[in-house]
Amino acid sequence: MTGAVLETVDLSKRFGGVEAVRSVNFALAERELRCLIGPNGAGKSTLFKLLTGQLRPTAGRILFQGHDITGDHTHAIARRGIGIKTQVPSLFNALTVREHLWLSARRTNPAGRAREIVDETLERIGLTGRADAVVGQLSHGLRQWVELGTVLAGNPTLILLDEPAAGMTHDEVARTAELVRDINRTHALIVVEHDMQFVKMIARTVTVMHQGAVLLEDSMDRILKDSTVRDVYLGKHGGR
Amino acid sequence: MIRRLPHPGIAATTAAMVAVALAVPRVVDEFELLQLTVFAALCILALSLGVVWGYGGILCFGQSAFFGLGAYAYAVTAINLGESTGAVVLAVVVPALFAASLGYFMFYGRLSDVYLGVITLSVTLIFFNLMNSTAGDAYRIGKARLNGFNGMPSLPTLNLPGDPGRVLDPTEMFYLVMALLVIVYLGLHALMASHFGRVVIAIRENETRCELLGYDVRLHKLLIFTLGGGIAGLAGCLFANWGAFVSPTVFSLAMTSQIIIWVIVGGLGTLLGPIIGCLIMQYLTTMFGTQQIANTNLIFGVIFLVFVLLVPRGLVPTLARLGARAFGPPRARDVT
Repeated sequence: MTGAVLETVDLSKRFGGVEAVRSVNFALAERELRCLIGPNGAGKSTLFKLLTGQLRPTAGRILFQGHDITGDHTHAIARRGIGIKTQVPSLFNALTVREHLWLSARRTNPAGRAREIVDETLERIGLTGRADAVVGQLSHGLRQWVELGTVLAGNPTLILLDEPAAGMTHDEVARTAELVRDINRTHALIVVEHDMQFVKMIARTVTVMHQGAVLLEDSMDRILKDSTVRDVYLGKHGGR
Repeated sequence: MIRRLPHPGIAATTAAMVAVALAVPRVVDEFELLQLTVFAALCILALSLGVVWGYGGILCFGQSAFFGLGAYAYAVTAINLGESTGAVVLAVVVPALFAASLGYFMFYGRLSDVYLGVITLSVTLIFFNLMNSTAGDAYRIGKARLNGFNGMPSLPTLNLPGDPGRVLDPTEMFYLVMALLVIVYLGLHALMASHFGRVVIAIRENETRCELLGYDVRLHKLLIFTLGGGIAGLAGCLFANWGAFVSPTVFSLAMTSQIIIWVIVGGLGTLLGPIIGCLIMQYLTTMFGTQQIANTNLIFGVIFLVFVLLVPRGLVPTLARLGARAFGPPRARDVT
C-alpha cells in the first residue's frame, strides 16, 4: 500500500443537536476500493458531502493527496480530483448524454481530446446508441450510468459513488459491479450501497457506519459474520 | 432543453435582419425610419436580458438599471467632451463595471434567485428615484446638468469616431443600430456555442453538478451578468442617441417590466425570441399609444397573463416545436 489518497482526521458535522458525522477517522489508499455501508441516517451521504465541500465540517480535517482541503469550495475540490455520483442523480435534464460527458471532459482537455474521451466513455458505459438522448427522459438506471460516465469523463483521482446500483435491474446491477471493478484498476473509489448483493460483488474492505461514527472496518466476510453489524444494520432486514 | 436554433435558423435570421437593414431606408419615410431605429436599439436591450435570464438562468428584474446607466453615461460624457467616441465606450464600460460589482456581491454572496430578483429591481428603482431628484444647478457632472425628472435634452448625437463635426444622419444611424444588432445577435450565438457558453447553460440546468465537475459557478454567472450589463448599456447609448434625450424613465418600473415581457412573449432561452417579443410589443405600444383605443398598460397586462398561462415557453420555441411536428421527421420524444 502506498500513502493514503484520502484521509479524514476527527471529522465531525453537527446539525443543531444532531451529530450526523462523529469524529470519523478514515483513510483510503491509492487505487483502493472501499465500500461504505450502514443503515439510513448513519451519516454516509453527509460524509460524502463533507468530502466534496457541499457541507463544511463542524470540526476535523480532510486531507486529499496530502493537501488540507477542509472548507475548500466544491469546485476547487473537484479540480483537485474528487468526482462524485450523488445519491439522486444530479444531471442537466435538458442536455444530452453527450453534452454531459463533454462538459466533464472539456474542463481539463482541449476540444479534440475531449471529443475522443466522450466517445470512449460512451462506449464504456454502453450508451453510444443513446448519446443524443435528452437525459431528462431516460430511466433511472440509465441516468445512474450517465452520471457515472460524466464523473469518469473528468478522470478524477478519487471517485465517490453514492448508491450507484439503486433502481437498477439485476442485470444492470451486475454490469455496474463489473464497471466499478474496471474503474478500480485505475482509480480509488468509495462506494456507498445498500444492496448487499452488489457490495459482495465488488467489496474487499468494508467500512460500517452507525449513528455518524465508524463502527467497524474489515473484510466483507468478517463484516457479514459480525454480530454488532447484524444488530445495527443487517438485523433490520433479518429475513432476507 | 430550450435548444439552440439550428444553424440554418441563425443564418435565416441574420439574412432577414440584413435585408431589413438594407431595404427599409429605401421604402419608408423618416418618421418610420426613426421608429425602426429605436425598435432595433430596444431589440439589443431585449437580447441582453435574453442571454442573462434565458441562458444564464439569472432572473434580473432590473435590466433597465444598466440600460439607464448606459444612457446617462453617454449623455454626461458626450456633453462634457462634445464628442461621442469616448461617450460610447463609457456607455458600455460603466454599466458593465456596475453589473460586475453588483454581481460580485450577489453571486459570491450566494444569494438565491428570489433575492436576486428583488435586489436588481430595487437597484433600478433606486436609480429612478435618484435621477428624479437631481433637479437644479447643484446636480451637474462637469458641464452636464442632470436636470432631475426633466431629463437631459439636446445631447450631442453620434459622430464619426474622432470627428465631432461629422454627425451621423438618421439613415446612417439606422444602419449602425442594425449592424450592432446583428453583431450582438451573432456574437451571443457564438458565445453560447463556446465552452464558456455551454457551461453557462449547464449552470442554468444544475448548479451543483457544475461545481461537482469543477466549474466555478459564481465566476461564470458574474461574467455573463457583466456581459449582459454591457450590452444593455450599449442599447441605452443608442436609445439616448435616438431622441438626443435621456430622462429617469429609462430606470422606471414600466421600462424594466417591459424587458421581461419581451423575453417571455418571444421565448426564454432563445435569442430570436427576445427580438421578436420586443418588436411585437413595441409595435403594439406604438399602435395603441397613437390611437387611444385602450390603455396600453392594460393591454400589456393581458398579453403578459395570456402568455404566462397559455404560451409559457414563448412564441419562438412554441412555433419551432409546432413547425417541427408538422414538417419535421416524426420524433419519438419531444424535447422539454
